[in-house]
This record gives sequence, structure tokens and C-alpha cells, in this order.
Amino acid sequence: MPLYLNDEQTMLRDTAKDFVADAAPVSHLRDLRDADDPTGFSRDLWKQFGEMGFTGILIGEDQGGLGLGHVEAGVVLEEIGRNLSPSPFLSTAVAAVEALKGSAQAERWFPGIIAGETVAALAIDERAKHGTGIAMKAERSGNGFKLSGAKRFVGHGHVADLVIVAARTAGSEHDESGITLFAIDKGAAGLSADAERLADSSIAARLTFDGVEVDADAVIGEVDAGADPLNRLLRAGRTGASAELLGVGGGAMDMTVGYLKERKQFGTLIGTFQALQHRAAHLYSEMEVARAAVLKAQQLLDAGDAQADEAVSVAKAMAAMATTLSVNESVQMHGGIGMTDEYDVGFYMKRARVLSELWGDANFHADRLAIAAGY
Amino acid sequence: MTDLDQFRADTRAWLEANCPPEMREPIRSEKDVCWGGRHYDAAANPPQDAWLKAMGERGWTVPDWPKEYGGGGLSPAETKVLREEMRSINARNPLNSFGISMLGPALLKYGSEEQKLEHLPKIARGEIRWCQGYSEPNAGSDLAGLATSAEDAGDHYIVNGQKVWTSYADKADWIFCLVRTDKTTKQGGISFVLFDMETPGVSTKPILLISGYSPFCETFMDNVKVPKKNRIHDENKGWDVAKYLLGHEREMISGMGLGGQGENPLVIGAIATVGLDAQGRLADPLLRAAIAKFEVRTKAFRAQSEKFIDELKAGRAHPAQPSMMKYYGTELNKDRHELIMAAGGSDALEWESERSNTGAAPRAWLRTKANSIEGGTSEIQLNIIAKRILELPS
Repeated sequence: MPLYLNDEQTMLRDTAKDFVADAAPVSHLRDLRDADDPTGFSRDLWKQFGEMGFTGILIGEDQGGLGLGHVEAGVVLEEIGRNLSPSPFLSTAVAAVEALKGSAQAERWFPGIIAGETVAALAIDERAKHGTGIAMKAERSGNGFKLSGAKRFVGHGHVADLVIVAARTAGSEHDESGITLFAIDKGAAGLSADAERLADSSIAARLTFDGVEVDADAVIGEVDAGADPLNRLLRAGRTGASAELLGVGGGAMDMTVGYLKERKQFGTLIGTFQALQHRAAHLYSEMEVARAAVLKAQQLLDAGDAQADEAVSVAKAMAAMATTLSVNESVQMHGGIGMTDEYDVGFYMKRARVLSELWGDANFHADRLAIAAGY
Repeated sequence: MTDLDQFRADTRAWLEANCPPEMREPIRSEKDVCWGGRHYDAAANPPQDAWLKAMGERGWTVPDWPKEYGGGGLSPAETKVLREEMRSINARNPLNSFGISMLGPALLKYGSEEQKLEHLPKIARGEIRWCQGYSEPNAGSDLAGLATSAEDAGDHYIVNGQKVWTSYADKADWIFCLVRTDKTTKQGGISFVLFDMETPGVSTKPILLISGYSPFCETFMDNVKVPKKNRIHDENKGWDVAKYLLGHEREMISGMGLGGQGENPLVIGAIATVGLDAQGRLADPLLRAAIAKFEVRTKAFRAQSEKFIDELKAGRAHPAQPSMMKYYGTELNKDRHELIMAAGGSDALEWESERSNTGAAPRAWLRTKANSIEGGTSEIQLNIIAKRILELPS
């Protein structure tokens, strides 16, 4: 398979580009922030995503979805990134869908996701830095389990209809076996959410599970074998976050290159200065390499290739590094105006930081690759 | 089974039968590289020669060239399959050649039918080794400022001047050379000619580099007679050919950023020098972190190379994208060799010892410093990206 978008994927990109730029441009984020919106995104917009069919990209046609893959999901995510559109798309239509796929819960949750009504949150992290540890306990209780512990950095966790949580049913914190993944309904007794606004104006929750009782049928897949759906979730989520990062980094770069072509100093366009041309050209190169790494990971995931896991970490690390460069260079090349709240470029910097951290930053993934390579 | 699956199966079987085991070993030094040409000693390395002959006969030294010019006539998809299958058995490139990577593509685009039939099959079979006469003492980054003159003498030119940084000129059989046929304009006064290095008046002098080796030469032309039929494309249109060829040269150089196939010498070297700790991590955490971050970039660049080649074959690549590839690949290669030196410690400083393979590591490290200079400096590539891809104003 050639490493570029095919005709259908290109058409989808054009559709997504027009739709997202029209329905949720950067001003949409700014409006939500200025209104101190307590949800953090627009439920109407989420419905529109459903009407467009985007919500069902990764869901099979037999279950009412489009039966497409990670390349297509990434095409939509890149436009979300480019417009900084607040959306539960990544957590819900990508990561949660991949976790639920093939499980008994799929039938229950997929229709609401496809309709753009259900919002999912992912309760994975327990520490400020993403890691491999899952310590939160799920103990057998009656016909099901009782969950106790805390999770953090749970995007949309305060408003989600569905919370997917990774807890430990056996073993110790860093064991791969003994993890169980649960699908929990909003409003479960003992589940509380502290909503925290983040630097990029999005809202993530700290969730507390105070003896939350769930039935056995809340288990996704098998008890103690949650690493399997969890890894699917993480692979999809990381790949999706990488695609969104490309949109953020690419959007900032395009704004900046545009600015270099219109801003005058010393009586001439600043884009004529070689010092700035070289910075911009270097940035372009890093973004191109990141773009290739992300597409490679998407294609390998779609093909079910054994190399996909490595490619996902390469994509997440490279997209984070390139986009971090992009937003830094963008503010620098904009000069003083880049530091103002009124100008959009600062929003790109904030979003890049959050996405870089999500499900492992560049250091985490470089370390992960090194371990896999035996050093 | 699709046609492509069948092709893959056939290719795998053929490679299995025809690629000698010695040609599946990693390349340790320049001595292991086959360049072909008149001075090539076929008897010196029989497995290498068998591999060259087998691949040359199939046209698989240049799999995507047309069959009538000595190529394999393969489609882009088949070419990719062949490369994948070669990679999967760690097969060496059977023939390294500026004829393949630089002159060939330019001849295919700009050469006359007669010129193609004369030169391309000999390139494909490794019979003639080519060198490139581009840079001059006063025309480096400003290549179009070249002064080597070609005076019109009826059916031939009389060429006078000097080239510099001519890679392996002392080992090459023929040269493709930029000459000035009009002194009144700059780019518009350049022509692209070919001549035999044994033509009277041609002489070369190797340049000793910081690596202690002499991969480059000065090349002198003193009243060299070059038939006009050896001119590629029209008179004074040589700059078009030169630029086209430079694109291919940059692609080739960018391949350095990919690193080798199979085992990773950087990681193996680091483990050998600093060892692993109880958790199986490299015992020097800062070196480990530097290598790990570098490996992310290397693996990402591999994807970029694959993407670039796919786009190129489909006619979808930006014409200036080779500049990005050249820039990134060469800077990455320099970083790699800095890390190899850091990982090797004092072992990597030995210059002459047998255990160091005559200083292979430090000499290779020093050699890489030219990567971001030859074929257009990194700064020239950034200029091209800025102007042609980002369309920044001049």
C-alpha cells in the first residue's frame, strides 16, 4: 500500500476540512472559553459529527458504522487539530470504540456513539506522568466488582455518559496481567468527578471511585486480561493523538508562513530574511517527517501488522517533538503579537502541550522503543 | 493469488537461489562496496561478482528502468516488492553507481535514443563507472558560476578548466560534466557533456581529507576534445539537466539518514562499551536517552523515505522535496556518527589498529561531516525549501 492518502481518503479529508473549519473554527474554542462553558465542548457539534458519519468511522458496517480505519479517523483528527476544535471524537469515536470493539458492550454503546449522543471518557492514568502502572483496585463483590481508587487527566470525565476504567483485579501495579477494563455508566454510585480546566481550556477530571459497585457484565473482554483491550485503546488513542498533533503543528506552521509573507519590518517582508526562512524550512522538514511516521502507524494498525506497536510509539514521539517545535517557532516568528491572548497562535501552543502529554510524551515513547529494542 | 503476490513469491525464490550468503552480511567498510567499472577486479571477490552478474542480467541493478536500456522493466509496485524482499534477507546492493543514481535518470529524461542505448546498458551492468564534474574552485554553493569553458570547434568542443570535489575521479571511467558554452549569461550558458576520463588532456589529483582518505579529486581539463554528440540536451540548456540530476543526487544522499539494515551498530556499540544494568537498560542513562530520541527520528525518517519514494513514483512529490530529504537525511547521519563516537569512547578513537578496522569509526564519523556540504549544503537546501515549497518571498 503506498504511503499516501488514496482517492477516497482524500475526498474524506476535503469533506472534513470544510466541515470542521466551518462548524468549529478556532473562534468556537475561544467563544467556549470566554463563556467559561462548563462542558468544555458543544454537544450540538458532537451531534453534527454524528450526522456527518464521522463518529462511526471505526465501527463496522454491520454495527451501523462506516467500517473504515485509522487512516480515515486520522484525517478527521488532523482537521480537529488544525481548528483546535473541542470535541470528544478522540476519546469516544477512536479510543473507546477500539476498546469496546468485539466485546459484549459494543452493541449497547455503539448506537449512541454513532448518533453523536454518547460521550466516553477514559480513566487510565493514576499519576501526573503517564506510565504502565495500574494500581486502582477492583475487588470481587457479590455478582460483580467494587472499584476503589482515583484516576486523573480524564478528558470529559465530568460529563461523560460512559467511563472506561482500567483497574487491577490481580497482581501488582506494573504487571501486564491482572488488569481488567470496565465500562461504567454515568452517575454510578460512589463515582465523583472534580472538573479541572487545563491550560488549553479543555476540561479533564480527577475521578474518585469510592467503592463503586458494578455488575460482572461491565467487564470489557475477560477478567484479568484487560491489557488486551487496554492496549488496543492506547494504540488507537496514541495514533489519533498523533494525527491531531499534526493538525495543531501544521496549523501553527501555516499561520506562521502566512505571517512571514505579510508582516513588514525594516521596510520589507520579514519572509525575505534568511534567518527566518531557514527556521521555517527546518520546521517544515520536521513536520513532514512526523506526518510520514503518523501515516505509517495508521496504515500498519489498519493492516493488523505486528510492527504497528513500534510504529505507534514512533508516531506519538515524533509528532509531539515536531509539533512542540512548530508551536515554539510559531510564537517566536510572530514576535510580540504571538504572545497576546487576542491572537490565535498561543492556543496552538497550549493544545500541543496537552496532546504531547496525553498517553505518554516523547520521552515515554522513546523509552518504550528502547526497551523493545533491548537497551 | 494476485499478480503481485506471485511476483513476490517468485522474487523471494530467485533471491534465495541467487544471492550468495556473503552478500547478506552487513557492509563493514568501503572495501565491501561494489562500484563496477573498467578497473573492477571481478576475481577479487567471487561472491560479489556472482551477485552483480546475476542481478545485472535480470536488469535488477536498475529494476525500474526499461528493458531496452538494460533495466528490469518493473512497475513501481514490483520495484517496491523487490526492495522489500532484498531487505528481508539483508541483501547488499549489488552495484553502487553514480551512473544509476545520478546520470541514468538524467539520460532517461534528456538523452537522445542513441545516447540512451550507448550508455544506459553499460551502467546497468556495472561496466562503466561514472564521476560527476560539477563544483569548481570558485563555484561551490553558487554552482551556476562555473567557468570551465567549452569552445565550439565544429563537430566537437575544446574543454579547458578545473573541477573540484569530483568523487572518485581517479577510479572513474567517464565523467558527466558541466561546461560553459556562453559567457554572457549565467545559468543560460551552461551545457552538459560526457567524456572518457582517458581522453588526452584529462588528469586527476586526489584530495586528502580529514578522514585520512581521498574520496574526492581535483580534475583538470587541458584542451580536451569532446564530440558534440556527447552533449546531453541542447547547447546552453545544461542547467536543466544539472538541476534534474541534482534532485536525484539529493535523494541518494538522503538515504544515508536511514542507517543500515538488520542489527543496529549504534545500539550494539553502546551496549558493548557501557553495558546493561540489572533492568536490561543501557547503563549510561543520558547516552541511552540520546540514542532513544535519535532512534525515534531515524525510524520516522524511514517512513518519510518510503512515503517520498511512493509519492515520487506516483508523480505526487513536490519537485523540491529532494532538498528536504537531503537536508534531513544528512543531518541525521551526522547525528548518528556523533552518537557512535560517544558510545564508543576511547575505542572509537583508535585510528590505525587492526581491532578498530583501521579506525573505521572515526574515519566514517569525519566523512559524514561532508554530507551536509556535498550535493548542495544544508543551507542551500533550506533556501530551496523556503522559496520553492513554502514560497517565501525573495
